[in-house]
Amino acid sequence: MRYLVVLEASQPDTPPPDELMAGIMRLGAEATQSGAMIDNAGLAPSADGAKVTLDGGEVTITDGPFAESKEMISYAIYDTRTKEEAVEWARRFLALHAEHWPGWTGEARVLRVFGPEDMPGA
Amino acid sequence: MTAAHPGPGRDTVEAIWRIESARLVAALARFTGDVGLAEDLAQDALVAALEQWPVSGVPPKPGGWLMTTAKNRAIDLFRRDGTHRRAVAALGRTTSEVTEPEIDPVGDDELRLLFAACHPELKREYRVALTLRCLAGLSTREIAGAFLVPDPVVGQRISRAKKTLRDKGIQLELPGEDELRTRLASVLEVIYLIFNEGYRATSGADWMRPELANDALRLARRTAALMPDVAEAQGLQALLELTQARAPARHDRQGAPVLLPDQDRSRWDRLLIRRGLDALNRAYRLGAAGPYVLQAAIAGCHATAATAVETDWARIAGLYDVLERVQPNPVVTLNRAMAHGHADGPLAGLAVLATLSDGALEDYAHRHAVEGELLAMAGRHEEARAAYTRAATHTGNEAERHLFTQRAARTPP
Repeated sequence: MRYLVVLEASQPDTPPPDELMAGIMRLGAEATQSGAMIDNAGLAPSADGAKVTLDGGEVTITDGPFAESKEMISYAIYDTRTKEEAVEWARRFLALHAEHWPGWTGEARVLRVFGPEDMPGA
Repeated sequence: MTAAHPGPGRDTVEAIWRIESARLVAALARFTGDVGLAEDLAQDALVAALEQWPVSGVPPKPGGWLMTTAKNRAIDLFRRDGTHRRAVAALGRTTSEVTEPEIDPVGDDELRLLFAACHPELKREYRVALTLRCLAGLSTREIAGAFLVPDPVVGQRISRAKKTLRDKGIQLELPGEDELRTRLASVLEVIYLIFNEGYRATSGADWMRPELANDALRLARRTAALMPDVAEAQGLQALLELTQARAPARHDRQGAPVLLPDQDRSRWDRLLIRRGLDALNRAYRLGAAGPYVLQAAIAGCHATAATAVETDWARIAGLYDVLERVQPNPVVTLNRAMAHGHADGPLAGLAVLATLSDGALEDYAHRHAVEGELLAMAGRHEEARAAYTRAATHTGNEAERHLFTQRAARTPP
């Protein structure tokens, strides 16, 4: 099954420690080589993006940055047998932050992506 | 852990197990020199985790916990069995120093494990079961479910596989130059077999078992990562990514199977196609096109055709010509007939079909389906209808039978 993991966080003002970056690279390589992580990328700050809203029948476009306290940092797509496996990769990712970057708070949302198994008759 | 998760459930423990088991078994096999024993020890550690983690919570380094537990069991075992003194010494030394698995950055242990699990001395179904167990981390129950056989059958295959490895003294070793080709072929074949079982279920009411196909796809990715310099390993990954990319279009909304030319290509999985083409390019850069690279190249032609009409059949026919020389077999000839039928006209296709030796694939439903399609293209409707009817009688798959029966019914008089 396929899961989209979106990472949201409020970053401390300090740059991410080297040990964290090394740990993320290692974990990413591990997840990729095991065949579980099939895509991932970092996301630029919302200042580079925009929001398209429909409200009261009217479409409005607002350039970033947005006022949310947390920014979306990155996404990853996992292909795992169970939800728990995708959750475990996400847990390990956050545990790395806990270990190496005090003050970092964030959350990883694990969302199942519909696949052929969800189609009628499958 | 939040209040909602006081301790991990069985599913969480099994998820961690699936992530860790290949490295765990591989490292234990290196220490004990016995793949079967390593697998037993790893299973014992899993049982311990299933007992303890729901109460104590998941340890901070679950992989290390499993490794330490398994090693301690090994030491107990060897202490009781005085014949393994040297192993005791080796294990005692490493256990006192190591509290988490020694990360093997290049994955050499896993590669050795893969070669051992797919050892040609093992029967094919043993290789399949052992690979799913040791490399994909599936339980006996899950393997049995995937292959629609009773649990004890799978349990027996695994224990016999382990016994064979032990009896033949097969250890974790990388095959020498002279043997490498055979062993590589076996590894890739096992993964391909698993994929095919999932993708085109050979029996039962299911047209495919997506979970099993995905297990094989993950194994192919892992194998390609373990063997970055082997073109055929990249080729197999490319082939499986590109084939699996079509899975969402193989059913219609009612669940009936849809063959390649009729598939809604907007439902093909773009991410898997991209990954497949990337792997195919890696294979090309490594040179020497073997059977998997050639098949992946053919799948790539289909994947990059925006519509069925735009398919580059001339290139596909050429690739099948090469494939038939590299790996002559009747199924390749059959596909080659179809490709030439599209590239050069139905008569050319029927001429290739006629090169099949007498009686070859007579029981294979798709032989008759291909014949039916070529005959229909040639306007020989009555013969086409008869061929589709033969296809329907020869398939063991209910969904396929329905499809071929429909084809026969729709062929004009």
